[in-house]
Amino acid sequence: MQAAEKKVFERPRTLKEVPFHFCPGCHHGIAHRMVAEAIDKFQLRERTIGVASVGCSVFLYDYFDVDVIEAPHGRAAAVATGVKRARNDRIVFSYQGDGDLASIGIAETIHTANRGENITIIFINNTVYGMTGGQLAPTTLLGQKTSTSPYGRDFMQDGYPIRMTEILATLEGTAFAARVAFTTPKNINMAKKAIEKAFQFQKEELGFTFVEVLSACPTNWGLSPVDSMKRVENEMIPYFPLGIFKERKAADVL
Amino acid sequence: MARIEIKQSLCKGCALCTTLCPEGLIEIGKRLNESGYFFAVFREEGTCKGCALCAKICPDVAIEVWK
Repeated sequence: MQAAEKKVFERPRTLKEVPFHFCPGCHHGIAHRMVAEAIDKFQLRERTIGVASVGCSVFLYDYFDVDVIEAPHGRAAAVATGVKRARNDRIVFSYQGDGDLASIGIAETIHTANRGENITIIFINNTVYGMTGGQLAPTTLLGQKTSTSPYGRDFMQDGYPIRMTEILATLEGTAFAARVAFTTPKNINMAKKAIEKAFQFQKEELGFTFVEVLSACPTNWGLSPVDSMKRVENEMIPYFPLGIFKERKAADVL
Repeated sequence: MARIEIKQSLCKGCALCTTLCPEGLIEIGKRLNESGYFFAVFREEGTCKGCALCAKICPDVAIEVWK
């Protein structure tokens, strides 16, 4: 007789059973699942507060079975700081895109990291403003055509793409800074570990944790989901290298 | 033997799972779901090893894996 079948992969409990509003092939869904799995792993659901930003990630509260507060554009890190200081027994994470975090919210983000606020930021970098129609973002790659750079990004006019993880890794308050992607099975596993580690660090009160996720935006790139995945691999990863840029040891804090 | 279950109503037919299955057991079907997407279907006759790569890359968390 065959042994009973066991479920080896299922939807995490923290992720509600509702369809995402994201476009087909958008990596937001994978990032959502990993955050939910991290919350489930450390059994933080009853004491987690999420901070949703403006962008495609705005409907965080529809998908996560945790309390979520909506922040003004770019200010998710500042709102998360307030939530954490008011209720420091809670696990607080913000989930922001590149138009939100790296553009309008860069001051809030850098100062939050510099103060070493004990929060986690999940940063989705897809090199364009997704929700508003594919405009040029600070992370847009050189030569990339967007709706506001129809001839491609030119550094003489628009500057260079910002590498947020490297910037934040230089700050003393940052405990963990990593950049991950979902292009290969190896990278997917690395991403899951990095997101889990960010939540673990916050649980152990080691300081500010930051995970940048290189994501595809098939709709605004004008590519199929499969080709978008190839673009992340071939064009984004060479400019935005993957890896852990800073990891504080518990001994450093004491 | 392992098997997967694709929730038709959640699938948006992005085809990322079809690129990652080492056995090539998933393909985009010819029928539409209620959202108007050609959803992915699992070919039952193959030998699924239950590696769950399809589930890990699915952006809509539409796949469950049994082993």
